[in-house]
Amino acid sequence: MAKLNELTIGEVASGLKAKKFSSVEVTSDCLKRILERNKELNAFVLVDSEGALKMAEEADKRLASGAAGVGVLTGVPVGIKDIFATRGVRTTCCSPGLQDFVPPYDATVIEKLREACAVFLGKTNMDEFACGASTEHSFFGVTKNPYNLDKVAGGSSGGSAAAVADKMCPYSLGTDTGGSIRQPASFCGIYGMKVTYGRVSRSGVTAMASSWDTVGHFARSVDDIATVLGAISGHDRRDMTTPDVSVPDYSGFLGKGVKGVKIGLPKEYFSEGVEKETRDVVMKAVAKLEKAGAKIVEVSLPTTKYAVAVYYICMPAELSANLARYDGIRYGEISSADDASDLVDFYFKTRGKFFGDEIKRRIMIGTYVLSAGYMDAYYKKAMKVRTKIIQDFSEAFKKADVLIGPVSPFPAFGIGEKVNDPLAMYTADALTIPASAAGLPSLACPCGMSAAGLPIGLQVIAPHFEEGRCLQVGEAV
Amino acid sequence: MKISQEEVRHVAKLARLELSDKEVEKFAGQLSSVFEYMDVLSEADTEGVMETSQVTGLENVSDKDEVVASVSREDLLACTKLPVESKQILVKAAIKK
Repeated sequence: MAKLNELTIGEVASGLKAKKFSSVEVTSDCLKRILERNKELNAFVLVDSEGALKMAEEADKRLASGAAGVGVLTGVPVGIKDIFATRGVRTTCCSPGLQDFVPPYDATVIEKLREACAVFLGKTNMDEFACGASTEHSFFGVTKNPYNLDKVAGGSSGGSAAAVADKMCPYSLGTDTGGSIRQPASFCGIYGMKVTYGRVSRSGVTAMASSWDTVGHFARSVDDIATVLGAISGHDRRDMTTPDVSVPDYSGFLGKGVKGVKIGLPKEYFSEGVEKETRDVVMKAVAKLEKAGAKIVEVSLPTTKYAVAVYYICMPAELSANLARYDGIRYGEISSADDASDLVDFYFKTRGKFFGDEIKRRIMIGTYVLSAGYMDAYYKKAMKVRTKIIQDFSEAFKKADVLIGPVSPFPAFGIGEKVNDPLAMYTADALTIPASAAGLPSLACPCGMSAAGLPIGLQVIAPHFEEGRCLQVGEAV
Repeated sequence: MKISQEEVRHVAKLARLELSDKEVEKFAGQLSSVFEYMDVLSEADTEGVMETSQVTGLENVSDKDEVVASVSREDLLACTKLPVESKQILVKAAIKK
């Protein structure tokens, strides 16, 4: 039998049901794996062994009693990106400013998983406040790629991706604002679901860019992606951007095949800017889908070339407003109050000292594009081009049921390669940002390996609230 | 577009960020290259195009006006690193005497 930490959610759930093993045993194997490997990978920034084993015992009790409320996620361990508020468990956003912040409440998604009697292993590494594409901007240091320790795991949810890829846990939670789930999933060779804007509640998840932010997850099978999606989706009073759109049984989209499904290939996603090897591997997967009965059509998203610029104006603008709350008053680290001459000086010192470089850069970009004289030229212009990006997708979905393209123009890059060149880091998101701009769901799926032994992923993009199509096609990849 | 060190200082002031001289110099260079890149948007024809800030079409969402259980005052006050007096957080003077 495989080690218990290597099992998928589905395998763990059926083993627990059949009493082949207990949740405590599964949890222990996951913790053992973390203990063995985390020093090297730095996927987890906090491991709550004691808390996890206690939750596992609770889950075993619930399973044994056969009580109502036993579900597929009962007793299954999960890794949680350190951006989700977890009651009584340190939540830092991997920022020096929150290095020992313990939230007094749970994010809605955490509450849902608690109710399902899931087992929380700990908190995973990320770029500070989810700002980055490599997890190099973390207060706790970089997460390494399980496939090659000299490469990044991607970001910002790099810890969650590496943890699942390295079999420390069957699934993990992340957030995706411009690619922060899909890109690390692709770099680490696993599945990563970015949902429709508003599909999953963001209450208790630290805000980055509020009109873009989404909550999603990583797993090693499409089946597991469907399971978790069903568990965390839906309307929440505490996040008014979650519309009352019904949550279907996502497993119902599996096993259907792709016969007759129209798959659009945006020609801009296969242009010169994308490494040839990546294009070839993705096209091989597309050929397989065609063989399975899908109809392949070429589409065009001409505004793709503007997406990075739109994102790096809109996102910092929203981020600079959201991070204004980090002033050291109600929570978070503070500059020694004695140093400050008055309240405003206290803000300057606290914020200057406890934000990392990338956060400072983005706050300044955001403040600049919202400042007098530049608002029309930058912010409003970007919001108009965002409309054009959305129109491009609407046109494309007239010809196709889903769109497929590479997640990233290249496989995982070297640690340190882009960290001092913000622009190079920003353009790494070129193929994930457009779907985010339009609020569309997109599933990253592993589809092959580079000659150098690094995973390559493709993404399946669908119209709003059609995550089911992503799953149906993703399963056939 | 080039961002001068003076502009960096001005924006940092608006954003309440204390920067060292070294940071000002570094950020001026980095932000200049970022803003040069942004100029690509001037190519896009946005004549008559509306701005988008909400992507799923929601408008004016409201909720029932009722009290629901929330986090206690004690738990919230326990989060601050500043002194607490009479259930309030004590901060530096905002207005000088």
